Amino acid sequence: MEQKIPTMAQMAAEGKEPEILFWVGCAGSFDERAQRITRDICKILQHVGISFAVLGTEESCTGDPAKRAGNEFLFQMQAMMNIQVLDGYNIKKIVTGCPHCFNTIRNEYPALGGNYEVIHHSQLIQQLIDEGKLKAEGGESFKGRKITFHDPCYLGRGNNVYEAPRRALEILDADLVEMKRCKSNGLCCGAGGAQMFKEPEPGKKDINDERMLDVLEAKASVIASGCPFCMTMFTDGVKHIEKEQEIKVLDIAEITVKANGL
Amino acid sequence: MISQAIFIIILAAAVYLFWKNAAKIRRNILLGRDADYSDRPSERWATMARVALGQSKMTKRPVAAILHIFVYVGFVIINIEVMEILIDGLFGSHRVFSKYLGGFYGLLIGGFEVLALLVLVSCAIFLVRRNVLRLKRFTGQEMTAWPKSDANYILITEILLMAAFLTMNAADYKLQALHYSHYLQAGSFPVSGFIAPLLPSAASALVVVERVCWWFHIIGILAFLNYLPYSKHFHILLAFPNTYYSRLQPKGQFTNMDSVTNEVKAMLDPSFVPEPAEVSRFGVKDVTDLTWKNLMDAYTCTECGRCTSVCPANITGKKLSPRKIMMDTRDRITEVGNNIDKHGKDHTDDKTLLDTYITREELWACTTCNACVEACPVNINPLEIITEMRRYVVMEESQAPASLNNMFGNMENNGAPWKYSQADRFNWAEKE
Repeated sequence: MEQKIPTMAQMAAEGKEPEILFWVGCAGSFDERAQRITRDICKILQHVGISFAVLGTEESCTGDPAKRAGNEFLFQMQAMMNIQVLDGYNIKKIVTGCPHCFNTIRNEYPALGGNYEVIHHSQLIQQLIDEGKLKAEGGESFKGRKITFHDPCYLGRGNNVYEAPRRALEILDADLVEMKRCKSNGLCCGAGGAQMFKEPEPGKKDINDERMLDVLEAKASVIASGCPFCMTMFTDGVKHIEKEQEIKVLDIAEITVKANGL
Repeated sequence: MISQAIFIIILAAAVYLFWKNAAKIRRNILLGRDADYSDRPSERWATMARVALGQSKMTKRPVAAILHIFVYVGFVIINIEVMEILIDGLFGSHRVFSKYLGGFYGLLIGGFEVLALLVLVSCAIFLVRRNVLRLKRFTGQEMTAWPKSDANYILITEILLMAAFLTMNAADYKLQALHYSHYLQAGSFPVSGFIAPLLPSAASALVVVERVCWWFHIIGILAFLNYLPYSKHFHILLAFPNTYYSRLQPKGQFTNMDSVTNEVKAMLDPSFVPEPAEVSRFGVKDVTDLTWKNLMDAYTCTECGRCTSVCPANITGKKLSPRKIMMDTRDRITEVGNNIDKHGKDHTDDKTLLDTYITREELWACTTCNACVEACPVNINPLEIITEMRRYVVMEESQAPASLNNMFGNMENNGAPWKYSQADRFNWAEKE
C-alpha cells in the first residue's frame, strides 16, 4: 500500500480514536484474491479521507463458520474475545469487507454484550456516493458494459441489504442486468453455512456451476459481488465454463476503485 | 323434527371430535421447549395481517397466487352461507337470512355462486397441475403416496362440496319457479341457473335433489373439518397463529444459546458464577428438543414445496429438502404424541428425529442461505431445525465432518478457519 494502514494499537498509543474500524475478516486477511479487495476498501477510505484503523494481528475470526456449522462453544469463545478487544479500544462503528462478518457482529454480538454500529462496505460506498464524496470518474469506464450483481445471502436475505450495492453500480453508467434469480430470490453461491470449508454432499452438480447458468443467461461480462466467499465460488465457476476471458468477477469495492482510478 | 335431531347429533359429534383432535395437536406442539415470542405484539399483528390474511408472500408465483386467492376468499366468504345452513339445520327453517336481508340476499347468494364456481375451477386446475402437468414442485423424495393422496383428497372434496352447493341452489331455483311449498322466491342464481335445465322437472324429484345436496354439503363440510387435523390442510387454521409468531429478527441472525454463554463466561473468567440453568442437551436430537414454534411450523406446513424448489442444495441434486425436514418433524411429533396416548407420558421408543427420520447427509448439505425461509408463504423456518440438529451433532457427539473439525481446530489455534498464523494476519498491507 502507498499509504500506511493504521492499526488500533498505533492509534491508541498516539491517543487517537478513528471514526470507524475496518473489520477485514479472515478471507480479506489471508486469501490472496480477497486481499486485493481489502486493499481497495482501504484505498476508498483514504481517498475520501475518513479516519479509520484496522485491528491488524489483534483481529480474529468472528466465529461465523463455527456458528453456522453448529459449534456454538467455539463461536461464543471467538465472539467474547473479539468483544473484549473491540470494547478495549472503545469502538463504536465498524465497516466490514464481508457479509458474514457483517451479519455476525451486527446481529449476534449484541446478545453477548457487543453493541456496535455495523455496516457492510457496500453500504459505506452507497453513503459516500449519496453524500457526493465518491463518484465514478477519472478511471476505467464501465459505460455500456453488462454488469450483474449477485446478492450474497447474508447481505440480501439475511439482512435485507439489496439497494446499497446496486447504487454503487448505478453511477457507472453501465448496463445493469439482473439475473433471473436475484434479490430475495437470489441463488446462493454454495459457500455459506460453512460449506466453504468442506466438500459438498453428493449431488448432480456444484451450486456455483448452477449459478453460472444465470450469469450466462443474463449475458453479463462482469459479475459484481460483495463477499469474499462468493468471489472464490464464482472465480471457480467461471473457470469451469472456460469464460475467464469474457467474464470478470469483481467486488463492488474493486469496481469503485477502478472507476475512480485510485 | 327428526331431521333437526339428526342434524344436531351430527353437528355435536363433528364439533366434539374436531375439538378433541385439535386439542391433541395443541398438546403435541406444547411438548416442545419454551421459547419467547411475546415481544412486539403490534408488529406481530401486522405480520399476520400481511402474510396470512393478505397472502403477501404468495405473489411471487402469480398463477398459483391467483388460483389460491380464489379458493381462500371462496372458503372464507362461503362460510357465511354455512352459517345460514347451520341455522336452517338447527331450527328447521329454510334460507333464514332471506327474510332479513331482502334484496341484499340475492346479491349475497349470487356472489357465493360466482365464488363457488371460481373455487371449483381453481381446484380443478390445481388437480391438473399435480396429476397431469406433474409440476416438479409437487414431486420429490418426500412426496410419497400419502402426501400426494392427501392433496388430491382435499381438492376433490372441495370440488364435490362446491358442486353440491351449486346443484342444491339449482334445484331450489327451479322449486322457487314452481312456487312449490316453502321454497319462497329468494336469492339470485347466476351460476346454478345454467345447471337447472339438467335437473328433473317434477317438484318431488327436485325436492329430493335439493335435500340430498343440502345434507351432502353440510355433512361434507363437517367431515372435512375432521379431516383437517390428519392433513396438511390444517394450514388453513394454523397459518394465522404461525405468522403471528414469526421470527422478527433479521434472517441472518441465528439464535444465541444462553446455556453455552454461561459456560463460556465461566471459562474466560474463573470468578464468574453461572446461574443455575436447567440441564438439557445442546441442540436437537428428537422433536421434544425443538421449540414449540418449530413444532407449530411443522403442523402449519402444507407441503407446497416452495422451500425445496429454491433450495440450492436440492436444486443441485443433494439429498436435502427443506419440505422433508418439516414433514419429518410433523410425522415424528405425531408419533411421539400417539405413543403418549397409548403408553403414557414416560414411554420412549428407540426412534429419534435425527437418524430415524433426518439423515446427517441432509443436515450437512445446507448452505444456511435462508432461501427456504424467504420462500415460505406462512413464515415457516426449516433452517432453525437444521442448525439445531447440527448443534447436537457437533456439541454432543463431536461428529462433524472431518474437514469442519479441521476448520474448528484452525479457528481455535490461529483465530482463522484456515491454517495461517495469526502473526501473518496483517501481511496484506505490505503487498500491492
